[in-house]
Amino acid sequence: MDFFLSLFMSGLTKGSIYALIALGYTMVYGIIALINFAHGEIYMIGAFTALIFSMLLGGPAVGMSGWTLLLTVAALSALYAAMYGWTMEKIAYQPLRGASRLAPLISAIGMSIFLQNYVQLVQTPNFLVFPDLIPQIDLPAAVAKAINRTHLVILIVTAVAMVALTVFIKFTRMGMAMRAVAQDPIMARLSGVKLDRVISVTFVIGSVLAALGGLLIGCSMRQIDFYIGFLAGMKAFTAAVLGGIGSIPGAVIGALILGFAESFAAGYISSSYKDMVAFIILIIILTLKPGGIFGTSQTQKV
Amino acid sequence: MTEAASCRPPDSVLKTCGLSMVFGGLVALDRVDLTVERHSITALIGPNGAGKTTLFNCLTGIYPPTRGSITFESGDGRKISLKGLAPDRVTLLGLARTFQNIRLFSNLTVLENVLIGCHGRMRAGLLGALFRDKKTRAEEKAFIDFSYDLLVRYGLKASVNELAKNLAYGAQRRLEIVRALATGPKLLLLDEPAAGLNINETNELRELIETIRTSENLSILLIEHDMNLVMNVSHVIYVMDYGKLIAVGPPNEIRRNPAVIKAYLGEE
Amino acid sequence: MATFWICFLAFPLVVFKINANTRSLDTRWDRLYILAGSVFVLTFIWRFLLKRRSFDRLTKVVNEPHGSAPKPTWLTRLAKSRQRGRLLAVVLLSMCVLPFLSNPYMVNIVTSALIYVTLGLGLNVVVGVSGLLNLGYVAFYAIGAYTYALLGYYFGLSFWVCLPLGAIFSTLLGLLLGLPIIRLSGDYLAIVTLSFGEITRLVLTNLDFTRGPRGISNIKPPSFFGLNLNGTPKQFLIETVGFHPDMDLNRVFIYFIILAVVVLTIICVYRLENSRLGRAWLALREDEIACQAMGINRTRAKLTAFALGSTWAGLAGVVFASQITFINPASFSFMESIMILSIVVLGGMDSIPGVIIGAAVLILLPEQLRFFSDYRMLIFGALMVVMMVFRPGGLIKSVREVYIHQASDSKPEPRPVVTALSTMEQGAEDD
Repeated sequence: MDFFLSLFMSGLTKGSIYALIALGYTMVYGIIALINFAHGEIYMIGAFTALIFSMLLGGPAVGMSGWTLLLTVAALSALYAAMYGWTMEKIAYQPLRGASRLAPLISAIGMSIFLQNYVQLVQTPNFLVFPDLIPQIDLPAAVAKAINRTHLVILIVTAVAMVALTVFIKFTRMGMAMRAVAQDPIMARLSGVKLDRVISVTFVIGSVLAALGGLLIGCSMRQIDFYIGFLAGMKAFTAAVLGGIGSIPGAVIGALILGFAESFAAGYISSSYKDMVAFIILIIILTLKPGGIFGTSQTQKV
Repeated sequence: MTEAASCRPPDSVLKTCGLSMVFGGLVALDRVDLTVERHSITALIGPNGAGKTTLFNCLTGIYPPTRGSITFESGDGRKISLKGLAPDRVTLLGLARTFQNIRLFSNLTVLENVLIGCHGRMRAGLLGALFRDKKTRAEEKAFIDFSYDLLVRYGLKASVNELAKNLAYGAQRRLEIVRALATGPKLLLLDEPAAGLNINETNELRELIETIRTSENLSILLIEHDMNLVMNVSHVIYVMDYGKLIAVGPPNEIRRNPAVIKAYLGEE
Repeated sequence: MATFWICFLAFPLVVFKINANTRSLDTRWDRLYILAGSVFVLTFIWRFLLKRRSFDRLTKVVNEPHGSAPKPTWLTRLAKSRQRGRLLAVVLLSMCVLPFLSNPYMVNIVTSALIYVTLGLGLNVVVGVSGLLNLGYVAFYAIGAYTYALLGYYFGLSFWVCLPLGAIFSTLLGLLLGLPIIRLSGDYLAIVTLSFGEITRLVLTNLDFTRGPRGISNIKPPSFFGLNLNGTPKQFLIETVGFHPDMDLNRVFIYFIILAVVVLTIICVYRLENSRLGRAWLALREDEIACQAMGINRTRAKLTAFALGSTWAGLAGVVFASQITFINPASFSFMESIMILSIVVLGGMDSIPGVIIGAAVLILLPEQLRFFSDYRMLIFGALMVVMMVFRPGGLIKSVREVYIHQASDSKPEPRPVVTALSTMEQGAEDD
């Protein structure tokens, strides 16, 4: 039972982090129908900036510690990731608006290669140790047995982020503009929505979420390298498609399914097959339900 | 209109009986009985959202109808049920269509568009394509000539090698009709062919439709909003409203039918 | 402005280098100055190019208000010029004499480039012609390579037996995979093919008989009628035409095999594209609904495109295995699929010369960039972005076959039934 519980928890946390990244994919896709391949790199950059700031601020020069350090680092890395996301969109995607569907995709792939190599060059191609930023929390013994503090923080952050995002999209003017653009960009524009701004905001939000994911994965895995973005990005994208790309609850559910599947497959079958299980589930679900779990099955318009 | 009157037998090319289409809770087609006589031009009119295009989509296999039957007389005189057939099968049996919002293969040339229309009548397979044997070459040549002739006949000679998307709007509509003709249909469905055309062009279209009927030896079923065109060209007119047929008859009768006037102008 | 922004952006990552040994940060302000300088110059170039691009578009709108065909660039014009045949002959001839004039290194690289040309042309059938986005193309490539490696390893089958077998296996696999997923469309198809590629790689890594991540080494080169090419024939060549003495003649032989495969592929793809089947694919890409309305069986068209595209990946895989003599699953990662896709898109979708140029650029460019050693992949990524921003259509746009009617050869021109077209077109231009 303990074994099951620990697998369940690790699946849940893994799923939460996938969800944070998957949201960025699904939002961007929902709005401009682009698979943003470089999104995983933003997550990687989030992790790297978090590491650098934590060393800078946590070092003897500034001397922050505990929650202050964690929150400052989170804020700074999110800010940086947001700026990277914004800049990336301006350089690689905005000039391509209205081009064929594949051109932005290739541009995104180029961006991804560029960012990976950029971090590898200015930092290091090797693994780096990530400090444990999450301070001690005194948990009741019963809770502590089921969940450790890192997992707890990951779950709380993810849950808060989801709720905040949902509120933002449902109840703010910008959120409404986003939904309008997702429905019909041309009509939205005609009704006075500033398309470029909506797209920028989408990228910024997606990047912030990804950076949080990067910070949290650093805290839980305790090591990072320049290549983490690629695999995580691919998994998160899979999760987004699994749930029905463009749908926000879909991305979360898809990510959780993927997290559980991986974790249980690693525990009960073999860790070398865990990636395979995720992909096989994806193929099965899409063959049965071609629009993803939450996807709308489109009727052809004639 | 009564059931008995609708299912009359004579020389019909297409007949639907009790055709219904339900989307979720919305009844888009409600027991439609429609007959297209051989060599006739039949028009289908009605306000927007009456279900005309849905009827076309059911006939051509894009939507599977919920209930009812569709009987089609193919080239060799057999009566075939079209219900549940895939769109490509329907086309191969001899029922071709155009679309309300033009659907050309826009990055291909005009000639290629028409050649694709010949797909079902060509036989070359994979090996033929790779080895280009004598038979394949002969077939290819025959159909290129056929397509070229077709384009010349319907006034698109000048733009044979143009990309379809570079044609003027009226020419695109025309090309779509020619492309449908290339499939060798017995019945041609035209979905609002005059939409977006000016008066001159509409007059030319009328000429075109009449020419096609006589020289290609086929029947035409036409959805149209342009009453002038409909009244001048068609032999029988069906009127739809809210998924139901509300009137049928020759043009001068429809013109005076109170139900039709009500549907178009609203209750007085 | 932009310079400051970028510097600000890059500041933490560039200036502070994490020192893994002492667990501290090294500060490197000098890096920032270099970066600032280069970014400053680059922004100017970027601005200039963007401005020129929008100016081009504006003039186009002014000069050609009816959106007629855009002016072909010199590359496109070259690709469709009348001298196409002569050009091809010259290229082919120079490809044939290349191994006799250059060094082993060059031959190796060009062989890889030719393998990618084959892969690119195969994928072009799927993505460029039929419009099905396949992100797992590398799986079929792997099947080809492993067919030869495994059959050679366990049963000692020769290259010449495995070449067709590899093609057949990957075609069958394409069919098998295609059947369940072919009703998916667009990006869903893309992600499923992606997962399929990954699954293939993971299976190869985890199975015992494929020897897992260690891979298979000592794959035999193809035999040339059982002759030892590096014996007397090589001696003869060195004496007569001044052949490079370090050259492995087996490699040269592989070079010629892949050259032949490429030529064959070009002929096949060209013929397919201008056949009934190829037009069905094009129709599928352009408009699925209209395609069905033309009597084309959508499922069958998709499946044939998918399976036939895979055939070439299988062929290329067998040649690849024999060239590299050592394969393991790592050679067939997702990045490889992306490379091949980039070749197709960068070169120009649905354009055979485009794909060839694309492969040449993408494979040879990183080699040429070796001068920049560490920076080459960085530059490569950036170039991909720049290419897409300034030439989204690829290097060479596809050119449709032009049909010239020979009026003299059969019957007289048919008389147009409808003559009033002139007024029709004028009418259309007025609105």
